[in-house]
Amino acid sequence: MKLKEIIEKLNLIVIVEANSDREISDAYASDLLSDVMGNAREGQIWITMQTHKNLGAIASLKDLPAIIIIGNNIPSSDLIDYAKENSIAILSTNSTCYQTCGRLWNLLKNNDIQS
Amino acid sequence: MQYEFQIEGGNFSGAGESTSVIKKTLKQLGIDSTIIKRVVIALFEAEINVVAHAYNGKMIVEIFEDQIKMIVEDNGPGIENIELAMQEGYSTASEKVREMGFGAGMGLPNIKKNTDVLNIQSTPGVGTKLEMIVYI
Repeated sequence: MKLKEIIEKLNLIVIVEANSDREISDAYASDLLSDVMGNAREGQIWITMQTHKNLGAIASLKDLPAIIIIGNNIPSSDLIDYAKENSIAILSTNSTCYQTCGRLWNLLKNNDIQS
Repeated sequence: MQYEFQIEGGNFSGAGESTSVIKKTLKQLGIDSTIIKRVVIALFEAEINVVAHAYNGKMIVEIFEDQIKMIVEDNGPGIENIELAMQEGYSTASEKVREMGFGAGMGLPNIKKNTDVLNIQSTPGVGTKLEMIVYI
């Protein structure tokens, strides 16, 4: 499913627009950065409540096209700048991590989720 | 080919930049993406360790035909007990660092998992030196 369809169906707020036409088949949810660094896979959407600039470096190093910031948390301005420069979509929702993961799972479950 | 970067302790804002340069370089050289992914994880974790724990440090990356050799060396508090530090979940990171989502005690284990050779030398009160090799 294209990222823009996910944005529409989950009613996400777009803070930084990028990779709208990218095909997404999987996601990774974690607030521990070493967990994401070690275990997330290229092409996954990252779901987190973290908001600082290092998210950008990790998304870029791991080739994660989009970050969904859950629970109405507000991304820092230097994360927004970094994401614009490096073409990482920053999306936000007032839903919880559980709700966001559940809805996304329902959307993507017919895809071949890798694990 | 040899690359050298300075790492500033406490500067989270710049963390990951050196690793990013190496990633781009390895991509340009056409190195296999599985190798690049392993190198990126090891370097980023080592870089974050310096930022989170040390005063300053440097990263030296040498690219050979058959291996990528990485040295990350710092002036800092050192590691009291390396065996303990290698255990998943063990961390001496500050509360502030943990709130950022770092300091989960996964850094050194991540490095170990993604390198073929890992040597750690550390002197408490002086600093730490990591030597890492990933074979191509």
